[in-house]
Amino acid sequence: MSLQTTTISGVLVARLQGELDHHAVEKIREDIEQTVQQEGINRLVLSFANIHFMDSSGIGLVLGRLRTIQALGGKMALCEVQNSLQKIFEMSGILKVLKLFPSEQEAIEYVRGE
Amino acid sequence: MTEYLQEKVHVQNYIRMQFPSCSANESFARVAVASFVAQLDPTLEELTELKTAVSEAVTNAIIHGYENSFGEIRIECSLYDQTVKITIEDDGVGIEDVDMARQPLYTSRPELERSGMGLTIMESFVDRMEIQSEPGQGTRVTLVKSMGGQKTSQRPS
Repeated sequence: MSLQTTTISGVLVARLQGELDHHAVEKIREDIEQTVQQEGINRLVLSFANIHFMDSSGIGLVLGRLRTIQALGGKMALCEVQNSLQKIFEMSGILKVLKLFPSEQEAIEYVRGE
Repeated sequence: MTEYLQEKVHVQNYIRMQFPSCSANESFARVAVASFVAQLDPTLEELTELKTAVSEAVTNAIIHGYENSFGEIRIECSLYDQTVKITIEDDGVGIEDVDMARQPLYTSRPELERSGMGLTIMESFVDRMEIQSEPGQGTRVTLVKSMGGQKTSQRPS
């Protein structure tokens, strides 16, 4: 299982699992896109609590979902990024376009506009 | 380190592996390299950086070298002193313009949701990176990184 999704107060919370490489992100991308479309959701939180490895495929996954959510006029945030991913996050510039929160709850509140 | 790139030193230990270009092998490749390199007693950060660089190189061979068709990827990983040298080689389409490919955010496959950060990340996560490529022949990426906290830059040259 590389992904667990749940909807909390109209926000799709996608809890990523395992290692985010090119092999893993293809399935995750499909799953998130499908859920967003089926449930008509435009608010997304990506949780990195269980991700300890990520390469540039993960950057592509995050920026790709941001494009989807922006196209739907929604809001997106990230939460619980581990220390081991810090360098790649800094290099990617992701944090210039997306907010990162220490907890899932804060990220959910942010994308709900609270 | 330059001597190492030019293969003028005697390696103390090495492994070679070859595997088909399926994406399931991306994690195998980086984990195999990481466990081999563990004998240099690297820090966790060094190991993560090396795994990331290997993952990027193997992914590039699969997506760009072989364009998601079948081909063989070869990796050689050798140790000298506290330094690891890794070559990742494919017989794929090759790179027309290596300098352009090395530009941050450049991607030849924008439709694949690639970030264009792969080579930039590889370059910053190792001490040296070389790319040799011949269109139609394949690509060989060489990564050199010193491990175990002894940065080459701190040594007398």
